[in-house]
Amino acid sequence: MQPGCLRLMIAAFAFGVTAIPAHAATIQIVIENLVYAPAAASAKVGDTIEWVNKDVLAHTSTAKNGDFDVMVPPKQTVTSVLKRAGTIDYYCRFHPNMKATLKIEP
Amino acid sequence: MLVRLGAAIAAVTFMSGAALAQGKLTDPQIAHIAYTAGVIDIAAAKQAQSKASNKDVRTFADDMVRDHEAVNKQALDLVKKLNVTPEDNDTSKALSKAAADKLAELGKLSGPAYDKAYVANEVAYHKTVNSALQAQLIPSAGNAELKGLLQTGLKIFQGHQQHAEHVAAELK
Repeated sequence: MQPGCLRLMIAAFAFGVTAIPAHAATIQIVIENLVYAPAAASAKVGDTIEWVNKDVLAHTSTAKNGDFDVMVPPKQTVTSVLKRAGTIDYYCRFHPNMKATLKIEP
Repeated sequence: MLVRLGAAIAAVTFMSGAALAQGKLTDPQIAHIAYTAGVIDIAAAKQAQSKASNKDVRTFADDMVRDHEAVNKQALDLVKKLNVTPEDNDTSKALSKAAADKLAELGKLSGPAYDKAYVANEVAYHKTVNSALQAQLIPSAGNAELKGLLQTGLKIFQGHQQHAEHVAAELK
């Protein structure tokens, strides 16, 4: 391997590390028996939401204002990154009586 | 009016009457009733997928097929695991007969009249099934896993009932 190539790899590695914002967190929201828990969660822009569906049914997490629409298949976990701030009311498109709120700070 | 009342009473009593005549329901019978109830709603929803004109009604029908197929798959997996053979019984038979009649009746309707009748029947049907689950099937279930599945089913179907009521209100 040439020294130039190695330098490039180190640079790429260093860039990769610094590109991850230090404050980004992962927040888990569990769907079980047609209920989002917690019903009111807080996060920041750039955070990842881990949607855990424990039901045998397919669900969605759909923002009322259209900011996100995440499909969460039965017995699966899906992640999504929050892109915009706001207090978002979301629901399940398949079970419209499932509702919760996500407060996203800038 | 009298005829309609008579039919309503018959519809309400056939479930409890048939079940009472047999005494306490056994787990294989309960599994059969619950599975049959799901099959009935899937058949009604498939008819709605091809007949309904209103977008919300079609979406509701899609939801019913997806959920009831998922729950019935769970039920089949469970009876296999427990090595239980679902057993046909008078309640299942009465349910199937009433559902076949209803499907034929709805089949004659079209347009908004069909949409309204389908959704109204979904409200009534889920109400009947939910009260049967609460009053009879769940308390009678012996196996804990079967009881658990029925309890989960009840939560799901209560959601369906609310959803159907919401769609029904929008159609008015």
